[in-house]
Amino acid sequence: MRELLRKPIWPLVALLLLNLAVTPSFFAVRVQDGRLYGSLVDILHNGAPLALTALGMTLVIATRGIDLSVGAVVAIAGAVACSWIAASPDPASPGAALTGIVLALGLAVVLGAWNGFLVARLGIQPIIATLVLMTAGRGLAQLVTDGQIVTVNNDTFSGISGSALFTVPVTVVVAAAVYALVALVTRRTALGTLVEAVGINPEASRLAGVRSRSIVWTVYVFSALCAAVAGLMISANVHAADANNAGLWLELDAILAVVIGGTSLAGGRYSIAGTLLGALTIQALTTTIYSVGIPPEVSLVFKAVVVILVFLAQAPKVRALLARRRRGGSGPPPAAPTTPAAPAPAAETTGSGR
Amino acid sequence: MTALAERARVAARVPTRFLPVVVTFALFVLMFAGGSLRYDSFASGQVLLNLLIDNSFLVVLAVGMTFVILTGGIDLSVGSVVALSTMVAASLLRAGWPAVPVMLLVLAGGAVFGLAMGAVIHYLVIQPFIVTLAGMFLARGLCYVIDLQSISISDPVFRTIAQTAIPLGDDLFLSPSAVVALVVVAIAVYVLHMTRFGRTVYAVGGNQQSAMLMGLRVGQAKVGVYVISGTCSALAGLLFTFYMLSGYSLHAVGMELDAIAAVVIGGTLLTGGSGFVLGSVLGVLVLGTIQTILSFEGTLSSWWSRIVIGLLLLVFVVLQRVLARRSAAAST
Amino acid sequence: MHPPRPLVEMLGISVAFGPVQALDSVDLRLYPGEVHALMGENGAGKSTLIKALTGVHPVDAGEIRVNGEPVAFSGPAAAQAAGISTVYQEVNLCPNLSVAENLLLGREPRRAGRIDWRGARRRAAEVLGRLHLDLDPSSPLGAHPIAQQQLVAIARAVEVDARVLVLDEPTSSLDASEVEELFRVIRRLRDDGVAILFVSHFLEQVYAISDRMTVLRNGRLVGEHRTAELSRRQLVSAMVGRELEVLDRLDHAPAAPADDEDPPVLSAVGLGRAGAIEPVDLDVRPGEVVGLAGLLGSGRTELARLLFGADRADRGEISVAGRAVRIRNPRSAIDAGIAFTPEDRKAAGVVGDLTVRDNIVLAMQASRGWMRRIPRRRQDELARRWIELLDIRPADPDALLRNLSGGNQQKVLLARWLITQPKVLILDEPTRGIDVGAKAQIQALVAEQARDGTAIVFISAELDEVVRLSDRVLVLRDRRPVAQLAGDDVDTDHVMELIATGGEAGA
Repeated sequence: MRELLRKPIWPLVALLLLNLAVTPSFFAVRVQDGRLYGSLVDILHNGAPLALTALGMTLVIATRGIDLSVGAVVAIAGAVACSWIAASPDPASPGAALTGIVLALGLAVVLGAWNGFLVARLGIQPIIATLVLMTAGRGLAQLVTDGQIVTVNNDTFSGISGSALFTVPVTVVVAAAVYALVALVTRRTALGTLVEAVGINPEASRLAGVRSRSIVWTVYVFSALCAAVAGLMISANVHAADANNAGLWLELDAILAVVIGGTSLAGGRYSIAGTLLGALTIQALTTTIYSVGIPPEVSLVFKAVVVILVFLAQAPKVRALLARRRRGGSGPPPAAPTTPAAPAPAAETTGSGR
Repeated sequence: MTALAERARVAARVPTRFLPVVVTFALFVLMFAGGSLRYDSFASGQVLLNLLIDNSFLVVLAVGMTFVILTGGIDLSVGSVVALSTMVAASLLRAGWPAVPVMLLVLAGGAVFGLAMGAVIHYLVIQPFIVTLAGMFLARGLCYVIDLQSISISDPVFRTIAQTAIPLGDDLFLSPSAVVALVVVAIAVYVLHMTRFGRTVYAVGGNQQSAMLMGLRVGQAKVGVYVISGTCSALAGLLFTFYMLSGYSLHAVGMELDAIAAVVIGGTLLTGGSGFVLGSVLGVLVLGTIQTILSFEGTLSSWWSRIVIGLLLLVFVVLQRVLARRSAAAST
Repeated sequence: MHPPRPLVEMLGISVAFGPVQALDSVDLRLYPGEVHALMGENGAGKSTLIKALTGVHPVDAGEIRVNGEPVAFSGPAAAQAAGISTVYQEVNLCPNLSVAENLLLGREPRRAGRIDWRGARRRAAEVLGRLHLDLDPSSPLGAHPIAQQQLVAIARAVEVDARVLVLDEPTSSLDASEVEELFRVIRRLRDDGVAILFVSHFLEQVYAISDRMTVLRNGRLVGEHRTAELSRRQLVSAMVGRELEVLDRLDHAPAAPADDEDPPVLSAVGLGRAGAIEPVDLDVRPGEVVGLAGLLGSGRTELARLLFGADRADRGEISVAGRAVRIRNPRSAIDAGIAFTPEDRKAAGVVGDLTVRDNIVLAMQASRGWMRRIPRRRQDELARRWIELLDIRPADPDALLRNLSGGNQQKVLLARWLITQPKVLILDEPTRGIDVGAKAQIQALVAEQARDGTAIVFISAELDEVVRLSDRVLVLRDRRPVAQLAGDDVDTDHVMELIATGGEAGA
């Protein structure tokens, strides 16, 4: 039971099987107008923005941080791109779309650097530092769109979401590419190891000469970039920028995806594959709720239940309780000090948090 | 220059822990004065009272949130619990329940909801952020389970409360909700400053380890603040119901952010241990003043309020950081 | 002089943590109206004994009696109820609350359920007055210096009519005048008949305040003495002990005998930091091992941290290989060719959730920046070579470092720096808490590195070890340098003498 819950793949498999039981044609995939269609494709397509945001969030959390501003960045990116396109002399031209996209991504870098500045330079707690942009960001997006829903009819821009590459939706291709890129970069460079080192033991990393400030800065910029790409996907999907609702609560889903994927909020070891699974699980949950015929609004209740179960299964305290149960109270817990020569009693607390 | 020096001297006289509240108060006075200079009818007692009337639910929420944040925790569920409370109240009234049992049930529900979250946070040692996030989803989802549509309220008691104006002479009036909010503030101040529970809340936020070694009831305080926050959310939900006379799943979306912002702007440290309920009330008044100015301005768009709130948050967070550094430097 | 019956008696106390025997049949007696010092180096068992007394750790064997009655406390609260209060090294109070509240938190006077603030302030003023402390009860605790906070903690401890007061290293962060004020309070309590157990690493303080002392070493009782009857030299000898073990086979033969003509590779002039260490001059030449000798709290660790930039020095200059360098943080020290393994291996050295390989290459990788990753093949090569060279077990580069024993973790940390080929290697207690075999290996490694021309600063709590390995020894005492020894002067007795007396004859 415990083993199953620890593997983040099981909730997803269970959800997919449930769907198959309810809708036998669930796994069916067909090609129409040069693009793949089907429930599975939908999960990937609709889950791409979440998967991307969660990816950026993973690296932030690995450094003991958190980024609450990603939802706001999603809104800003869509707003900037769409407003630029709508205001350009030829709103249908590819040039306008490309400039808009570059603008949005560039602004995201600035916003990410801002978060990094507050966290790495001023030393403000990440949760508070990013709360500032979370609150103000959506207002900024509305400022850009003047409070309107800005619709654009630009094939290049809509192509971000609507078109397909070798029948695969571009959203899925982009998300997959970014995941592959991050997997490659963290493996081919030392970024992954150093991010983990900073998250696991900041003091030891400092004494080993790791430039943790620039690393923290990097992950916040990357997180904002991921959110911006997600924002472009979301607004391209509806051919419009909705500053009010685009990416609403996305930061919470992203954090959830990361944690369901097995990365601890305490920082340190992270799992990119786990995050991908977590994001797909959340998307599959939403899809399942549709396909099983539950009113979609109730999906939040299910989401809450899943979150609670996953967290209870992961909580060390609960595991300890379960383990004690299983042993049936036979004898004291095995005291297995990994460092036999260290007579440090457990009650010695290092002054943490101060 | 002399004004600056003067201000520095005043700041030096005010104890550091009161400084953020004083700054917030000055900010409030400045904003209100600015509004009064710009708009003719702004500087009236009723505009001031309206700040309280229109934000009574937010005051109550901010009070509950202050308790939680003082222990170093956070409660993301409050907005959803407000919505759930409006839904429960509206649906029970629709089913023909009398008003008073409905109110009591809603309050008890909020307390139980908070108790559950607090127990998980303290006894299972899961981060408050995650637990209350799950609570947020759950409460919002339960709203939809009750009904997808808005439920309007025709109960005479609720309607009477909603429409009552308590005259204060000179053409001024307060709503019953505002009075309730003021009573809640008074009780909160009493509990925080006059009871052992209240002092334990501060001690836990200051240093949980020390509080434990001093033999204080840490568990009681940590779970207790979530019960208080849950109850305050339910009460705020009732006040919101009086305000809107309906229950709706989309009520109070994002209100937890307003509550947190009010608490932070009111000078309470998100790391816990330092802050005052009255500061949070001032924080709410500042937020309310921003709204009022925007509505007087007419042409200024509503999103400016978000941007201004974000800026204020930034200013206060940086201010707190500077103060924390300074006091750390002073004690070594 | 004292009544025949001690207030507290601990008899034959034994405590084990897993296979580690932390205390082995230790006795302790506390008399009313007496200050009793508990002495011993790191790991001697002082903290464990205090925790056994206050009920934090259960005892495996032995008996605790208070007023002749056998007791077994369930925790600090129960001990406090029986009149035994403890003040820890770290001030365990709430800095955000007022002085009065910190004195009375949890036992404030109440009237009809509400706190009687006027009564509380009066009570607080009484308690402060009893100790002659001039503090405003309504000022926030955090506004006062640590020393005053420490006194408030003591005031809180005696507020409940404590008959026994345990002070666990209360002076470690106080300056001389602050210590004097603390002692004034302690003497006043002693004269009131309180039994005081005092733990400190500062010999002068112990001699200034205590009437009697108990010395522990390696979890065993060495002896109980009247302070007046035990010389400082005898005390140090009792605390440090003499170890004759496998290490003796390690030949003490510095390859390149310290040649004063050689220019120093590391040179510090007037290096110091207020509250941590007085200004120190130090030269280390290539191939030389300079030992820092002194008891815990003598400033040996503080000096090492300043040399590496782990803490920022507020005075003095450092030059490396003749060039003046500004060492503001570890990064700049590393760039100058300085390496450092910290005393607190777990908190400041080990990145437990990374593999042995990742830990070994961490410093080298950090220097290269994250863009230029050390190729995997090179990583494997380095890891394999150093695992073999240092005999790291298990010999698995993919094992997580936290699963290794202390000695093997230490070897990994050494490897982390050795692969960067530093000019200067600073080792702070590299052999602490590790088994004898690994210890000998690490000592051999230090000697070998010196032969290869690395300048080494070596710190250890064990004098024999420092003396055996070092060409020169800088003796520190009470946060200031007292002597530098070289050549034949480097000998355990001499160093011990200096630590005990500070070089003043006849002490």
